[in-house]
Amino acid sequence: MKREIISLQDVTFTYATDDSNVRPALNNVSYTIYESQWVAIVGHNGSGKSTLARLMNGLLFPQTGTVRVFGETLNEQNLWETRSQMGMVFQNPDNQFVGATVQDDVAFALENNGIPFEEMVERVEASLAKVNMSEFMNSEPHHLSGGQKQRVAIAGAIALKPKILLLDEATSMLDPQGREEVLATVRQLKEETDLTVISITHDLEEALLADRVIMMNQGEKYVEGTPEEIFQKGQELVDLGLDLPFAMNISRLLRAQGIPLVADHMSEEELVNDLWTSHFNK
Amino acid sequence: MDITLQQVSYAYAKNTPFEKRALFDVDLHIASGSYQAIIGHTGSGKSTILQHLNALLKPTDGSINIGDVEVKADKKNKQLREVRQKVGIVFQFPEHQLFDETVLKDIMFGPMNFGVPEVEAKRRAIELTQLLGLPEEVLEKSPFDLSGGQMRRVAIAGVLAMNPKVLVLDEPTAGLDPRGRKEIMDLFYTLHKEKGLTTVLVTHSMEDAARYADQIAIMHNGKCVLEGTPQEIFAHEERLTEFRLELPQSVRFQKKIEQMIGKKLPTICLTEESLAEELAQLIKKEREE
Amino acid sequence: MLEKMIFGRYIPGDSFIHRLDARAKLIFVFLFIAIVFIANNWITYGVLVVFTFLIIRMSKIRLYFLINGLKPVVILIIFTFLLHLIFTREGDVIYHWKFITIYEEGLRQGIFISIRFFVLVILTSILTLTTTPISITDALETLLNPLKKWKLPVHELALMMSISLRFIPTLMDETDKIMKAQMARGSDMTTGSLKERMNAIVPLLIPLFVSAFKRAEDLATAMEVRGYKGGEGRTRYRKLEWELRDTITMFSLVVLAGVLVFLRQ
Ligand SMILES: Nc1ncnc2c1ncn2[C@@H]1O[C@H](COP(=O)(O)OP(=O)(O)OP(=O)(O)O)[C@@H](O)[C@H]1O
Ligand SMILES: Nc1ncnc2c1ncn2[C@@H]1O[C@H](COP(=O)(O)OP(=O)(O)OP(=O)(O)O)[C@@H](O)[C@H]1O
Ligand SMILES: [Mg+2]
Ligand SMILES: [Mg+2]
Repeated sequence: MKREIISLQDVTFTYATDDSNVRPALNNVSYTIYESQWVAIVGHNGSGKSTLARLMNGLLFPQTGTVRVFGETLNEQNLWETRSQMGMVFQNPDNQFVGATVQDDVAFALENNGIPFEEMVERVEASLAKVNMSEFMNSEPHHLSGGQKQRVAIAGAIALKPKILLLDEATSMLDPQGREEVLATVRQLKEETDLTVISITHDLEEALLADRVIMMNQGEKYVEGTPEEIFQKGQELVDLGLDLPFAMNISRLLRAQGIPLVADHMSEEELVNDLWTSHFNK
Repeated sequence: MDITLQQVSYAYAKNTPFEKRALFDVDLHIASGSYQAIIGHTGSGKSTILQHLNALLKPTDGSINIGDVEVKADKKNKQLREVRQKVGIVFQFPEHQLFDETVLKDIMFGPMNFGVPEVEAKRRAIELTQLLGLPEEVLEKSPFDLSGGQMRRVAIAGVLAMNPKVLVLDEPTAGLDPRGRKEIMDLFYTLHKEKGLTTVLVTHSMEDAARYADQIAIMHNGKCVLEGTPQEIFAHEERLTEFRLELPQSVRFQKKIEQMIGKKLPTICLTEESLAEELAQLIKKEREE
Repeated sequence: MLEKMIFGRYIPGDSFIHRLDARAKLIFVFLFIAIVFIANNWITYGVLVVFTFLIIRMSKIRLYFLINGLKPVVILIIFTFLLHLIFTREGDVIYHWKFITIYEEGLRQGIFISIRFFVLVILTSILTLTTTPISITDALETLLNPLKKWKLPVHELALMMSISLRFIPTLMDETDKIMKAQMARGSDMTTGSLKERMNAIVPLLIPLFVSAFKRAEDLATAMEVRGYKGGEGRTRYRKLEWELRDTITMFSLVVLAGVLVFLRQ
């Protein structure tokens, strides 16, 4: 069994502590994330995903239940140590760019953690190289595209060599190309190191990349499983405001037209193969 | 209301060290009642064009005819208000423009600026909240107390309340969850059909452009490089790649299948539904043979 | 409209002035402000003007851009000039028309004050146009460092300043966007009576505050997540380097001051 990295137990959280009429943002949520996994968290707008992210790195603390990171319950004492092990990238590329130029921004977390100057220079260069942004070292944020800004944010998040990378809709404000750039970067990082990736997303392509998917609905964990297990739920997901992978939609539409298929396929390859073997290869 | 751009060029911060040319000799004709999509990679000038469509920006060169009003570089224009009333723009992240105490007042803001009587503006606001699927009690709430998706809808209602003839949309669904996206795109389409609007949609989603548009224009480095129906535009993959764009998913899949079976489907399938239908027919035909 | 403003912006470049240490430039401007007051006759003011043009040349910024971008300040200069012209009552009368009398001293004072104003504004603009905001902040932080002894939160102030500077372009864009969005809804703050314009400001300001607040909140979160907990225990990524050309530049000021003292009356 792999090592447990983050674990939530019966976590309930409400922003409106004094108003019991407001539905809590999270209600009795439990899950465990293991080392080197890629976990996607999906769910409709307002289902509590960002709140989960804030709980996982101690920006918020739950009213009931516990959040354990690296086996220890998260508290005021181990907070900063935990944060240095967890890089985080947010949705809006403009609002998380702290430094005046790309290299200053990447160095920010290093400065905060008291890394000596020489090592800082090395790490900044290495991080920027990893996200393919070395040539933009001296650029100012308003001269970068959204995708480039997010890659800088990733470089800043990994400069401390964290164990966990947490992405909260990091691609949702980007154009398709920017999104592809960012995803390719994360995928590559994941391969090179044993990073644990947690990505919160509305984007199915991104969810399909994951080993496990946690689906949130109205502040509760709805299901958890591999992408296959989740998307087999079909219509149920659509009713909860999610979308299905393209191949799956086509499979369902074909069946509705009276074309038998082995299954509702998740990937285009499977669908093409199925169509070939059962209908065209005669 | 026809909109015609003739040789439109535009430069931001003209005559400063920061001058940035964003449009080069753009010609574009948007016919009354059509659904026009504008696509192109980031920074290609789409939003800049949109702002010309109701004279928020005036071309540095060339001219634009919006209905019977001509907008030119150094022409003072008394009719701009009229243009702005007829052309409604839903900007990217329109919820950022909300400001009034209540949702009702915010929706009434646009029409009342254009001299619509209060009673009428209120009537429209109530009608629109229903149309956009918002519960009636939000009308008296502060717009800042709503969820992101609800704020987006209120902002859209605020534009629709001006009863525009032309509706201009700049990536209206960015950041919404899949269901919210679909509901809002479908709503715009229904309005387009029912009210006979002219609709201009800027989008990064090839799927949306393929599904909803009658006409597509491709922007690339500030120039309008290709124009045509979705069928025409998505018939040329090489050209799209040149402009750093992709085919819609259904067309991409169609190509895969066509390659596998060595046959072409009769049309380019712009939506998942049409793809499934064409495939099903093909399979049934194969079965009979 | 906003985009034409040049004051407070940076133009990338590689001139002698660009490469100077930001501390040198800051000290230079402060000392220059003092030195300008040494001038008191036509020759000394002439020397100041020549010196200023020399610096403009060395910064390789086109004069046209400077003048164009500084239009609002030019209006202010003209206004001060007129004030002096009309209200100084010394020396010979050189012009008289109805109730306006212009004296020689008034003209002289007006011109001198305008020159003083003009060279100061130009030099400060050149400082900001050739130095990245971050270096200015760094320079300020190092120069103010001794004040830490008196419990002045130098680091926090510098950080605050650098973040504000970093967000100016973003907020300008934002203002522009919201302004356009409200114009599209029929509210217009560029035309109409004063009252109408005042009314049109609310729909601009509220969203601007809301968004600035949201940005600040997001930014604070992003900083906290990246381990920011105040100036203590932090190391610094930026280092400033004082070189020979900086010393030379300082020396040129001494020479200028010497010349001015020698030539003044
Ligand atoms: N700072 C806050 N104060 C009060 N309520 C909040 C705050 N942040 C979020 N909420 C509420 O908590 C619930 C969960 O919000 P959360 O931001 O976690 O959702 P989300 O799944 O991230 O949504 P989205 O997909 O829109 O980002 C929502 O009902 C939201 O309105
Ligand atoms: N206010 C501005 N000042 C200066 N340059 C600008 C301004 N707005 C846009 N530009 C520049 O003009 C060009 C076209 O921008 P525009 O916003 O029209 O692109 P777009 O196609 O809408 O891009 P996106 O898909 O990212 O929204 C870009 O190079 C951009 O950097
Ligand atoms: Mg969220
Ligand atoms: Mg745009």
